[in-house]
Amino acid sequence: MSSTIQQMRSQQGAFGGVQAHVLSATNEPRIAIRNLDFYYGTNQALKHINLNLPDRQVTGMIGPSGCGKSTLLRVLNRMYDLYPGQRAAGEVLMDNENIISSGVDLNLLRARIGMVFQKPTPFPMTIYDNIAFGVRLHERLSKSAMDERVEWSLTRGAIWDEVKDRLNTSALGLSGGQQQRLCIARTIAVRPEVILFDEPTSALDPISTLKIEELIDELKHDFTIAIVTHNMQQAARCADQVAFFYLGEMVEVAPAGEMFTAPKQRRTQEYITGRFG
Amino acid sequence: MSATTQTAALAGPAKDQAVARRLGRRRYRINAIVQILCVLATIVGLAFLASILLTLIWRGAAGLSITVFTTITLPTGSNGGLLNAIVGTLIQTALGTLIGGPIGLLVGTYLAEYGRGSVMANAVRFVSDVLLSAPSILIGLFIYQLAVQPFGGFSGLAGCLALAVIVIPIVVRTTEDMLQLIPPSLREAAAALGAPKWKIIVQICYRAALDGIVTGILLAVARIAGETAPLLFTSLGNLNWSIGLTKPMASLPVTIYQYAGSAFEDWVQLAWVGALLITIGVLALNIIARLTLRGGRH
Repeated sequence: MSSTIQQMRSQQGAFGGVQAHVLSATNEPRIAIRNLDFYYGTNQALKHINLNLPDRQVTGMIGPSGCGKSTLLRVLNRMYDLYPGQRAAGEVLMDNENIISSGVDLNLLRARIGMVFQKPTPFPMTIYDNIAFGVRLHERLSKSAMDERVEWSLTRGAIWDEVKDRLNTSALGLSGGQQQRLCIARTIAVRPEVILFDEPTSALDPISTLKIEELIDELKHDFTIAIVTHNMQQAARCADQVAFFYLGEMVEVAPAGEMFTAPKQRRTQEYITGRFG
Repeated sequence: MSATTQTAALAGPAKDQAVARRLGRRRYRINAIVQILCVLATIVGLAFLASILLTLIWRGAAGLSITVFTTITLPTGSNGGLLNAIVGTLIQTALGTLIGGPIGLLVGTYLAEYGRGSVMANAVRFVSDVLLSAPSILIGLFIYQLAVQPFGGFSGLAGCLALAVIVIPIVVRTTEDMLQLIPPSLREAAAALGAPKWKIIVQICYRAALDGIVTGILLAVARIAGETAPLLFTSLGNLNWSIGLTKPMASLPVTIYQYAGSAFEDWVQLAWVGALLITIGVLALNIIARLTLRGGRH
């Protein structure tokens, strides 16, 4: 059990271990999306998407409402599987495995690809149990190892100092911004490789938003991150590369600096200058 | 901006101030009438409730004594009590809830979580709703056919079964309603951590809906604690001490039914006491549950 803790500690600095370093050195994407189509019933919501999520970088996804960016995020952790009538076709490759094929163990996949939602969703239990819930699904830890894991993930979620004296009180008593950071900590606690953020700050005040953005900046050293946002400044601040979606298609993908200063496509330019959307 | 709106308002058709004032007075009058009607209706409703409670306490408290709890029902004039009826009601209510509660909980879970929108779920929901409003005497007769006639006699167990049948649809309805109130985002958040469906239901949804589910079960307990008709054909009632589930069993409502209509003053007095005890019991149950729930929240 103590080896688990040590392993955990050693990964605080360089998460993902040596293998991930090699991958990023060869510039291989952590997730590669190839010719992805997605349907809500007969309505096609994504058309032939091709996109790489580079290892330990932040990919921002922007576009007007209904353009398919959130849908794409929900494909990556197979969230659409909860609802009958939704289906995806094409390839989403992670370690050379197509994660949208039917044989994939969804619970294991979701442990590798975590997700943070638009509205904070604390579970109706204590702060401690909110973190421990996800960990217990995938690991058997001793009480002390669990205590360490909880402290570690709350620290990484930048909320430890605010909650360390009230771990056994209900998580529902936290403010919205604190709840969202708790949800991020909860996702980190499972030790995923990829974290998906679905408009994580659109329900928060500016100061909480700033804290979450700083947190994302910090987390990208260890995790591959995809973030959907309606806030162009947020995409510019957080993302390394930005993808612009429109009507179910990916119009353009470029490094963040390039995207916001010299977009290649006319539609991208019109959107980021606020002419539609 | 404001200048243009002002110009537009000036340019439009003029407002008749007299009409505006008349309409304003009219609104105040109607509001006053509606408010008076609401208050009156509340007073009438509360008056009935208060009258029932006060009469119950007045008449019931007069007969309260230790013998009510220490002596079983005896022939008139022998200073009998209600011990066998009290114990019988406790046993049958508890067993009825223990049998019907879990079944109702699981059916409600099926409707809200697994069968949502399917033909099967809609059929089950319809049948459950019909059962909810079925006259309880029919349920008594149904169990009579099922568990009294084949075994050749009335029994406490048959009474428990009849009460369980009443509990099921109440718990089904409240459980389903409460589970459906849980936002999908909470389920998605748990699924996103890699939780299997049953764990999401048991560890997240039940917890989030705990208040409502417990309230539903309490409603069911309160309902069956006072049921008379389904017990008449099943556990029948018993003037002697008997806690065997295979024999006829006494209960407060049936004893009230038998005693209240009798010609003996001491029996009628005991019926009042019995009614008071059921009322206090149900009230206490509600208060205790509320306090425990509130205690668990913080």
